[in-house]
Amino acid sequence: MSETILSPAVHLESEAGTTRRMTLNMGPQHPSTHGVLRVVLELDGEFIEKARPEIGYLHTGIEKQCEALNWQQVITLTDRVDYLANLSNNLCYSLAVEKLLGLEIPPKAQWMRVLLAELTRIGSHLVWLGTHALDMGAMTMFFLTFREREELLRLFEMLSGQRLMTSYIRIGGLALDPPRGWEKLVRAFLADFPSKIDEYETLLNNNPIWLRRTKGIGVIPVEQMLDIGITGPVIRAAGIPLDARKMTPYSSYEKFDFAVPTSTDNDVYARYAVRVAEMRESLKIVQQAMDGMPEGPTRADAHRVVLPEREKMKTQMEALIYHFKIVTEGIAVPEGEVFQVVESPRGELGYYVVSDGTAKPLRVHMRTPSFGNLQGLPRLIEKRQIADAIAVMGSLDFVLGDCDR
Amino acid sequence: MLSEALLANETIAGLVAAHPAAVVDGTTRFDEITLTIEPAEIIATLAYLKYHQGFERLSTVTAVDRYPLDPRFELVYHLQSIARNLRLRLRTSVATEIASATIVYAGADWYEREVFDLFGVVFTGHPNLKRIMMPDDWEGHPLRRDFPTHGFKYSYGEQQ
Repeated sequence: MSETILSPAVHLESEAGTTRRMTLNMGPQHPSTHGVLRVVLELDGEFIEKARPEIGYLHTGIEKQCEALNWQQVITLTDRVDYLANLSNNLCYSLAVEKLLGLEIPPKAQWMRVLLAELTRIGSHLVWLGTHALDMGAMTMFFLTFREREELLRLFEMLSGQRLMTSYIRIGGLALDPPRGWEKLVRAFLADFPSKIDEYETLLNNNPIWLRRTKGIGVIPVEQMLDIGITGPVIRAAGIPLDARKMTPYSSYEKFDFAVPTSTDNDVYARYAVRVAEMRESLKIVQQAMDGMPEGPTRADAHRVVLPEREKMKTQMEALIYHFKIVTEGIAVPEGEVFQVVESPRGELGYYVVSDGTAKPLRVHMRTPSFGNLQGLPRLIEKRQIADAIAVMGSLDFVLGDCDR
Repeated sequence: MLSEALLANETIAGLVAAHPAAVVDGTTRFDEITLTIEPAEIIATLAYLKYHQGFERLSTVTAVDRYPLDPRFELVYHLQSIARNLRLRLRTSVATEIASATIVYAGADWYEREVFDLFGVVFTGHPNLKRIMMPDDWEGHPLRRDFPTHGFKYSYGEQQ
């Protein structure tokens, strides 16, 4: 390669001796980084000697903004943290604030939350599967998974009026009662989707290209993974059943019967297998939530926190007063701190919420799974080929909005 | 001082026995245990908890700015033991700097860089203490309470 044909992003450094190292920028705009991530690679031929992820391109100061908004307004920001798992973020934040407030959530709202969190998991895994396979050259998968994801987005739109930024789970329950006919959409999805998972597996499980690019790739000792902070399907594919739904159940997860899929292979293929198995488990949970959906209200009975129903607001003076006070002053949350953990599609999602007793949070810190997982990227791809880096990055399933906040 | 109930907890009793100067205070609220640790003892505490009490994971490191209190920064460490299914929160107050936890938990690396970037707390002994979220030439630390949310300056490198 002569110096003249190199693009500006590529520098050749000849060191004393025979080795020539090349420093290559992967990203910030690169199809396989799924967002705005820059990885500075130091290459020796095709092999990565050193990798240095540079994040922060999507840093939008969400944690700072949280301190300037009222407690209930923060919900809209949590959507924008992980835009593929917005309902998990809504849920985690709401649970944290509800703990501080000491609110009791009605069973129907809890069931709905579980159902929505699991549908979110399926939707997020569908995006992951489609883009991951696309990176590896299996373009068909992308069209298939987005076909099914569309059904889920339609459902979210029906419930909340929004496809992505739902803000449907609120402090004290749900934003609205689910509209008529929503069960039909979920039932249809439940009936249809298992065969769709089979279809994905037919395309990939015995695909020689897929197998050669995923089997035995991206393996590091599990102790290192724990040490560096990797969670979610990646750590479960390494044999550790770390799942907040089982370990510290929230929102009535203890009442649902489901398994935590694990594998011991610890490679890119195992992460694929675990996520596909998780989609099936999520379907089981959704089925149980549909069958056992309790009757009753979807919002807690707490007039100082939860906005009154529209009808009451128009007919009862107290309801109107509380509505006015919640909207203008916000809700005062008692002093204290909570670290609420939920299992997002990507791993351990934790909201550390601190209140000083006023209507605005003193601090909201998001422990996001993408940040922890991405930190482990150099260890997973160093001493490996560039093509493997693409496979490993896909298998980590990070969302840069989730990472940078 | 620590309450009787907390001292009955074997993890905390072990920690107090091994490092008597480390634990200043402890509380339990919402089933979450918070221990206030002497800043100089934080590395010894983390190492003890990791190697003797089985807290394999450092979930997150973050800070809370208690401005105008002095010392103003509260550093918060969330630990988890998967084998024992326990979580523990450590809290310590510092004015400007503290020893880096990266020698105990490699995963503390990015979290400490984030706290350094957004709060300006210096972690001594950190292998690569650079800004992580904000641009390298950014002035100030945005998550400090005295850093305004709006109307300070524009990014994108414009010279005002």
